[in-house]
Formats: sequence, C-alpha cells, structure tokens
Amino acid sequence: MAPKKKPETNGNAALHKELLHHMLMQRRFEEKVAEAYALGKIGGFCHLYIGQEAVSTGILPLLRDDDYVITTYRDHGQALVRGMSPRSVMAELFGRVDGCSKGKGGSMHLFDRNVNFMGGHGIVGGHVPIAAGFGFAIKYRGGDQVAVCFMGEAAVNNGAFHEALNMAGLWKLPVVFVIENNKYGMGTAESRSSSTKEMYKRGDTYSMANALVDGQDVFAVREAAAAAIERARTSYEATLLEVRTYRFVGHSMSDAVSGTYRTKAELEEYMKRDPINLLKATMTAAGELDDAALQAMEAEIAAVVQDAWDFADASPEPPLEALYEDVLVETASS
Amino acid sequence: MPVITYRDALNQALREEMHNDDRVFLMGEEVGQYNGAYKVSKGLLEEFGEQRVVDTPITELGFAGVGVGAAMVGLRPVIEFMTWNFALLALDQVVNAAAKMLYMSGGQFPMPIVFRGPNGAALQLSAQHSQAWESWLAHIPGLKVVAPGTPYDAKGLLKSSIRDGNPIVFLEGEMLYNTKGEVPEEPYLIPLGKADLKREGSDCSIITSGKMVLVAMNAADQLAKEGIKVDVVDLRTIRPMDTEAIYASVRKTNRAVVVEEGWEICGIGAQVVDFIQRDCFDALDAPVLRVHQADVPMPYAKAIEKAAKPDVPKTIAAVKKVMYLEA
Repeated sequence: MAPKKKPETNGNAALHKELLHHMLMQRRFEEKVAEAYALGKIGGFCHLYIGQEAVSTGILPLLRDDDYVITTYRDHGQALVRGMSPRSVMAELFGRVDGCSKGKGGSMHLFDRNVNFMGGHGIVGGHVPIAAGFGFAIKYRGGDQVAVCFMGEAAVNNGAFHEALNMAGLWKLPVVFVIENNKYGMGTAESRSSSTKEMYKRGDTYSMANALVDGQDVFAVREAAAAAIERARTSYEATLLEVRTYRFVGHSMSDAVSGTYRTKAELEEYMKRDPINLLKATMTAAGELDDAALQAMEAEIAAVVQDAWDFADASPEPPLEALYEDVLVETASS
Repeated sequence: MPVITYRDALNQALREEMHNDDRVFLMGEEVGQYNGAYKVSKGLLEEFGEQRVVDTPITELGFAGVGVGAAMVGLRPVIEFMTWNFALLALDQVVNAAAKMLYMSGGQFPMPIVFRGPNGAALQLSAQHSQAWESWLAHIPGLKVVAPGTPYDAKGLLKSSIRDGNPIVFLEGEMLYNTKGEVPEEPYLIPLGKADLKREGSDCSIITSGKMVLVAMNAADQLAKEGIKVDVVDLRTIRPMDTEAIYASVRKTNRAVVVEEGWEICGIGAQVVDFIQRDCFDALDAPVLRVHQADVPMPYAKAIEKAAKPDVPKTIAAVKKVMYLEA
C-alpha cells in the first residue's frame, strides 16, 4: 500500500490558514497547560513550547504519515502538529489512563505509534542516535521515508550528538536534524557552552548539508525543511538545520520567565517577533485574514483545548495494576 | 554429537537467526571485515553482506542508540560490544532508552534488541578491561540479563534472546570462546529464565553462572573425590532469576555457596542470598557464602590477578565451610 501523503492545499491562503491554525493551537494549548500545572493537575517537569511554534509548524506538515518524528522533552507542540489528539496529550500531561502513554510517561514522554511520533525523550542528546537508527532502518529496508529529529542547541555539545551525526554523514542516513536554538540550555546561554557560535556549521564536520534558518518565520522554516526532507527522501542524505528561535517562557514550569539568566528587556525584544504575529501580519497584508476569521479560529481552538481539558480531567488515573504493566513484552512462543 | 567451541556456537546462532528473519542484523566494532574481535562473527559479512553485518566507528553510545532506533521501527538488532567494559559508555541507551521505552510509551514501543559481548575478566587485561557487569544490569527492570557458560547454552540462549522481543543483555566471556562442548546440529532453543542443574548431589548447592560454571564444575569434580557431592545450579539467566531452581536445590542440600565473577558489594550473589534467606530460611543448616572477586580493581601482574579471582580452591573452601568441615 502506498503511504499516505499530505494533500497539497489549493492556493496559499488555505495553506496559510492551516499554518496559523497549527501555531495558534499550540499556543493556546500550552497556555492552558500552564494553567493546569498551576492548579496541580500536572506534576513534575513541564517544558512549554511558547514562542517556538513556527519551528514545528514549518516542518511537520511537510512530512508523510510514514515518516518518523523524534524530539526532546519540549514535545507538546510537535506532538500536536504531528497529529496527536489534544485529548490524548492533555490526558497524558494529567497522568490519566487515556493519555497517549497511558499516564506512564508524562509530559516528557509523549508517544504515538499511530502517527509515528517516536517520543518525547528526557536525556539531552540521547535521542539523536535513535534518530540515526530510524535512518538506518529506512535504508535497510530500501524505503524512502525520512526521520526528523528535533533537539535544543545545548545538545550539540553532547557526545551522543557527535556520534549520531558522524554515522549519519558516514553512512548517508535519511535524517533531518533540527537544532531549535532558543539561545539557552536551561539557564546557560549558548555563548557560555558552545565553542562555535554557528552550530549549523558543525554539519560540515560530518560531511552533511547544513543551513541557518530564521525560526520565527514559518515560511523560512518551511522552505529550508522542504529542501532537507527532499534531500533525505531522494538521496539518503542527512541535513543539519540550525533554526534560531526563542522561548517566551522559562525552561520549565519551575524556571522564571526572565530576570535571572535573561533580562526582561531581552525577552520583550524577542517577543516583538512572535511567530504567530508575524504570520498574522503577512496574512492580513495579503487579505487572507480578517478579524472575523481570526476570532472564529480562536473560538474553535479554545473549544478544542477546553474539550481536551475536560476529557483529561474526566479520565481516571491508571489503576494499581498498571504499575506492573508494560515492563516487558510476553515472548511469542516459537 | 558435534563438539564445537562456544565461539562457533554463537556464530551458528547468529547465522541461523539471520537466515530465519531478515530483520535481524549485527552491528558493532570489527564485526564485519575483521570477522569479529574475538571471531564470533566470522564469515557473516561474506554470507549476509554489508547491510546486515555493520562495522561501526568506535562510538558505543552512538551505535547502541542506532540499535534502539532500529528496534523501535521493527528491526531486530544484535549490537555487539567488543567488551562490556566499553559498553559503560552506552548505558544511557541500554538503560534509559531500551529498558524503559516500552513502559514510558505506555506499551507502544517494544524493544526487540540484543546487546552482546564478552563480560568480566580474561588474562592480564588490567583494570579497565576486566569488570563483570551483571550486577549493574540485572538491577534494571525492563532488561533481561543472560549469561551462558557452555557452548550448548550459548547457542540456545542467543537464539532465544534474538527472538525474545525484549531488550536482552547477553554476557559472554573471552575465556569462554575457546571452550568446547557438545552442541546438536539441529536447531534448538533454550528458554530464558530457566536455570540448569549441571551436577547433582545432596551435600551442598553451588549456584553460579557464566565463566564461573567451569570453576564450579571443577570444584564439584574435586569435591566428589573426597566424597562430597554437590548440586551445581547454573542460573543461565540472571534476570529473571530462576528462583524455583535455586530453592529446589537448597531445600534438598540445606547449604549453599554462590560463585560469581563480580565484586562483593551488591553483586548478584547478594541477590541470590536474599532470595534464599527469604524463602528457604528454615531449610538452611548454615549461612550462605559467596565466592567472588577481591574488592579491588583488577591488577595486571599475573600472580595477584589470579589471587583476585574466584577459583576452584576458594570454592572448595567455601563448600567445606558451610559443611562445617575442616578445610
């Protein structure tokens, strides 16, 4: 059976609406998640994607259903754009049995086999070799799928990153490595952790195509991603993209928004390039968006997010037996 | 029945499983063109080609992760570590990824992957090349840990491990590769989680695994000459441990000695002792003793290295001690 390809939208306006919808959905969902966290419905570590929406939105709608996506613990936005239901994501965040990972994973470990969303991983850099493994398997089977691997800029100093990129460059694996450079690895600015400022150039070390991208411009991201995906799909070549973005929230829910390792002034400066506002401005100027349409979209999204909340809240916590489930699979008798 | 080496038994297992299932591939340092650092994969590159027998750079963390990714999307990797001493670097993939993936994904992503290689000491390889890793890895829920001590067990257990569908830590031994034993020509499987009673006697139970099986069997032979007859329970799988086999033996003999390659503190023998004291307390006529490595990094010099390791005299002394006999 031929893998399903996302249908091409007719005309830019429809595409732009789709992109805006993705970005607004992530924004409103994450705002609701912050509320839920404050109310104690979500516990542990919770890393929000607010400000970075153009990165996921610029890349993921270009993929086929049979491509693979893997990411870090800052995974809510990517999960939604990839096609996971807001209900299953919110329920997972609430630690309920109807969550995508049955409440066993939580915020950092969103997984959905049905849309090839391969997690949600908690060890910085640890998932990057796993992405190379997807590329290996694709090539092993002679397929034309692509693996997309998101990571933060702090991961590029990590051993696992280097080992994975070396193998991807050496063996020519169909992986698009996406550095979401939001300038801070938790509280540490990139200037204090990376010996090279231009992270995309590390691709040269691994004989890999590479590019720097303005991550707040969803069209720039989409264009760079399209080229990288095509390159992987047609010639098994990897690409390293450094997508410069910014988070408008703290590293996690327990981190200050500003005033510690980054100033309020810096935050406010970056918020002037809110990716959602940039897209809205473009669409408005092109006559593709008016107040009524925007309000309708916001209302629809608000309803979806509220529905996700209600669904999550109504879902029970996993029963005690679930504690012991899914440690190992039953071995098929041979 | 053919008598073959432990090495050849593993080679046969790999060959058979790679024939049976196209999804199975072997990856590691020197496994292909070099025919394997210890020649376990000899001839496999020639037979199966580069896609299925993959030489890697020296990047344990990286290629263990490649294995995890391949397993997540339905291949069945066999990842070879040249020695488990190098695998320490890869443990993030073995433990944080492979062992936990099924659980934290709510059952969505099984990990059908085997991590295999030689474990423990050889001869004069010194501190960094001589550690026994079973107790670190047997600690982890989500892994199975297998340690065959004979060619027969090696082949059957490796075949079963490749088919198991879970992440398996498969512990071999440089000193085992040349050992010989009877191995049937027809394919066979050995279930994981089942010990094997390799010697029978009712005076004392020796519980052991891996390389130490030879030590235990030699000790058993020597003890038999003195009229002391021991059970030798070869665990074969460390996790899950076959507690029923341990208990059946201890309830019969009322005395136990564990012979293990690792160090004392939190070694797997400590777990065996815990199981026995918990479920066979009233059957015991003496404390359970353990024979293990001296609590030091492994030295290079010949005589003190020998002194550091568990051996036949130490095993015999321990058996006599639990029997309250003169040494």
